[in-house]
Amino acid sequence: MENYRIDPNKGLEFGIYTLGDHIPDPHTGERISAEQRIHEIIELAKLAEQAGIDFFSVGESHQDYFTTQAHTVVLSAIAQATNRIKIGSSSTIISTLDPVRVYEDFATIDLISKGRAEIIAGRASRVGVFDLLGYNLRDYEELFEEKFELLLKINEDEIVNWSGEYRAPLRNAKVLPRPIQGSLPIWRAVGGPPASAIKAGLAGVPMFLAMLGGPAISFKRSIDAYREAAKQKGHNPDELPIATAGFFYAAETTQQAQVETYPYINEGMKLTNGRGFPKQHFAQGAHPHDVMNIGSPQQIIEKILYQHEVFGHQRYIAQMDFGGITFDKLKRNIELIGDKILPEIKKHTAKK
Amino acid sequence: MKIVGLSGSIVGSKTRTAMEYTIETIRKKYSEIEVTFIDLADYDIQFSDGRNYLEYDGDTGYVAKTIMDADAVLIGTPIFQASIPATLKNIFDLLPEKAFLDKVVGMVVTAGSPKHFLVVEQQLKPILAYMKAQIIQTYVFIEEQDFYRKEITNDDVLFRIQRLVEDTVTLVETYQSIRMEKEAEYGF
Repeated sequence: MENYRIDPNKGLEFGIYTLGDHIPDPHTGERISAEQRIHEIIELAKLAEQAGIDFFSVGESHQDYFTTQAHTVVLSAIAQATNRIKIGSSSTIISTLDPVRVYEDFATIDLISKGRAEIIAGRASRVGVFDLLGYNLRDYEELFEEKFELLLKINEDEIVNWSGEYRAPLRNAKVLPRPIQGSLPIWRAVGGPPASAIKAGLAGVPMFLAMLGGPAISFKRSIDAYREAAKQKGHNPDELPIATAGFFYAAETTQQAQVETYPYINEGMKLTNGRGFPKQHFAQGAHPHDVMNIGSPQQIIEKILYQHEVFGHQRYIAQMDFGGITFDKLKRNIELIGDKILPEIKKHTAKK
Repeated sequence: MKIVGLSGSIVGSKTRTAMEYTIETIRKKYSEIEVTFIDLADYDIQFSDGRNYLEYDGDTGYVAKTIMDADAVLIGTPIFQASIPATLKNIFDLLPEKAFLDKVVGMVVTAGSPKHFLVVEQQLKPILAYMKAQIIQTYVFIEEQDFYRKEITNDDVLFRIQRLVEDTVTLVETYQSIRMEKEAEYGF
């Protein structure tokens, strides 16, 4: 775990991630400027650090209603604005980027942040980025696998010899600068079904598992498959951290949390995904065994501890800003995390 | 209320004719309903490549988005090789998994032979159920002999089309009110 800068003795890590969505407030129909949204994201990272949160990450989505396409640039601003919190991407679409350039960027962010940068590499759930950056959607799978492999190789070797199908070969190439501790934590972003989890396990890389909603036990299958695949290839699953990520929102009561989030999540999903979030499913999300952490602080604590018991994961990453939720609400959430949720989570998961 | 009539084949005239009657029946009886007729023969639709439906352009994007915006979809289909035409299956493949959640879906079927009566039961309904449609169980099955040169000559078929249209509207209203009542209970 040290390679990945995680100390399990300190208990479950708590993070926050944003996709950088930029969506009108469903109550007013008004949308803040992209400038304001980006500044609020940077501010959110600062507040998260002050509240003792371990990790903050920003994703890239190249489509309408998003604003952090240049997520590495935003991350470098966050690196400058913070001192202790670990920072990363959620995720970097490695398929349509040059791994050399990605590594240069993140190694630089690592230097700016004095050793706090991580990469979470994903495949993109939407495909507009392929047209935009000039890639063929037919190569969706292979583009990711080849470039992800190269990224891992660059992380291991300072001098790289490599050839592949989707990028010019590298001959004794030096990829500089190097990160402070010699390498960066590089995670594979995985969606619901076990197939991608198995690929992460076979490669022996940490897994970032995104969960929209549903019973924890359904996601346990992906986690088991990941560990099993890692073992098969001779990796030690105990050395490989797992992060889970999903919707989060705390308010005084669970009912209030649902009232305050549902319109944002529902309308945000409609705009970005073409389908709302069915109310019935959202209502079921309040069940103690559902992975959606929307509720009172006490209920969220119980849910996260239950998930920790089921998954045995090392980091939980909350998405609380989706759909244009206002910044005052986000600030209130950070306070509730820092004052109530985080101390309990750490108390129950840290080794005594 | 928005209803989309979809004629699922790009060849022949019987399914289109049956759907034109269906659309006309809605328009006559329910002037307040917004009806859109999509005959796939009029559009150039690409094969599904798995992307989110919002990301298709041109005719493909138009057809997918129009269907997704509807409260009810009436699907007209002929029977080809004891199944639905590939053009219709492609429409389903373009849409998300649960595309018909909270939508009512009815069927108008044309066939050259009564032997095909159960084909939609076995081939089309399972697809609609998988995609979470509220299926109108009774479909209108029309044989070749019920047509004469792009007209339906069997009054019984017209009566059945009328019943399908009425059932569609009734079921949309019913499901909407059940859902609203249920959702009000959630309190968010």
